[in-house]
Amino acid sequence: MDTNNLIVNLQDISFGYPGSPLILDKLNLKFFRYDRIGLMGPNGSGKTTMFHIIMGLLKHTSGGMEIFGKSVTKEKEFDEVRRKIGLLFQDADDQLFSPTVLEDVAFGPLNLGMSKNEAIDIAKRTLESLDLAGFENRITYKLSGGEKRLVSLATILAMEPEILLLDEPTAGLDDKTKAKLISILSNLDLSFILISHEIDFLFGITDSIYTMENKRIVSDKEAHLHQHIHSHPHGLYTHKHSNKSSD
Amino acid sequence: MVKTMIEEISGNDSIVYRLDPRVKIVIAILFSVLAAVSNRFVVLIAAFVVGIIILFSTGIQIKEVFKRLVPVNTLLIFLWLFLPFTFAGEHLFSIGPLTGTREGVLFAFRITIKSNSIMLMLITLAASTSIFTIGHAMHQLGMPKKLVHLFFFTYRYLHVMYKEYTRLINSMKIRGFKPKTDLHTYKSYAYLIGMLLVRGFDRSQRVHNAMICRGFRGKLYSLSSFSISKADIIAFILMAGIILILGILEWTQTT
Repeated sequence: MDTNNLIVNLQDISFGYPGSPLILDKLNLKFFRYDRIGLMGPNGSGKTTMFHIIMGLLKHTSGGMEIFGKSVTKEKEFDEVRRKIGLLFQDADDQLFSPTVLEDVAFGPLNLGMSKNEAIDIAKRTLESLDLAGFENRITYKLSGGEKRLVSLATILAMEPEILLLDEPTAGLDDKTKAKLISILSNLDLSFILISHEIDFLFGITDSIYTMENKRIVSDKEAHLHQHIHSHPHGLYTHKHSNKSSD
Repeated sequence: MVKTMIEEISGNDSIVYRLDPRVKIVIAILFSVLAAVSNRFVVLIAAFVVGIIILFSTGIQIKEVFKRLVPVNTLLIFLWLFLPFTFAGEHLFSIGPLTGTREGVLFAFRITIKSNSIMLMLITLAASTSIFTIGHAMHQLGMPKKLVHLFFFTYRYLHVMYKEYTRLINSMKIRGFKPKTDLHTYKSYAYLIGMLLVRGFDRSQRVHNAMICRGFRGKLYSLSSFSISKADIIAFILMAGIILILGILEWTQTT
């Protein structure tokens, strides 16, 4: 893989709050354009923390981080990162803070310096592309859980990011909304890293699945004897098992 | 309850609804100041009538108006319970050992009219303008940015906080919590409030993070644009005139 397409390069990243054990310990991750990575791991294993470090919301205590080929450390340098990488938060109520849907979706584009009309235009187009036309004047706090999630996704997509970081996008969604989200994500022409506990969901829309183990990321290939207790509904889907252990 | 207090309720095709929000805010403020400082009954009743006329021109339902007037008037009931008996003045009536005075009754009456006229005006303002528009209009009128932001976030997260509160209360209830007058009750309520504070703080951090991720740098943009039309100018002059006349009426009496 050529280095031009190396988007996120985390090298030996460690993070911990003062006085507590490390949450991430020398974590390495290489994320290339067109990658669609699923990330699994127990609660509290540092998945969300890693996302927040990539976005510059948390500062890693040691290690090096290059995003789009540039090392980023200062707050200013993260401006570009935040423009090109969209993070979908776990709780949609955190993401949607404007009174109406249109205002919320237009918030990002306006921050990027677009004019009001451009922002409204792109907000409307984004909502339409997610089948949310007509939601413009809905009050954000009155949306249902599934609607909130999709509108949150719209607020991110309206900024036309190159990469998405999705933090448990399916948590708390019913099957119908989940199916919709799957079809949206698989039709998007974007690379993403997706945190989820639902392995079937991950198999459906990602190319490789990493797991979080011992405060580090272990790619599927290295994963020792990762056990499949689940059934494989996507029978045709090839996925690699490094150790030829029984499935 | 929390929800209904802050919602728009008017039909959206009245003259008042279409007025520039800045004009509405300025008029509402001037009117409130006048009503608050006036003492003459002619002025106060006139202000009350003006308030009613404007309110009904918005096509708002009477039921909704009463619902919003309940909190203020609940407070006023207490004034009516105490003021007539605690004011020195001319004897008017007696209940047992208590003597009500004319001055006391008049004073309570005055406060009642004042508060209700001001409330009517504010209900009109809130009912005919979206909260977001009011915020942006306040900003354009020179209100500090921080206050405007505070206003927005209070509006947005009041509901979330309320939901969090009911969730905690319910989790207490299903485990058999019954409020009593004892230490356990006080402690549990203290935990509840503490928990709400901590969660509120956490949430504010997460919201701020989410905003930063979307390029927030301390500036909120408005999608609504305001322009002063002829109707705005006429409405403003008309209302300013009425307020001025009432003001003169009040002033000539006191001198």
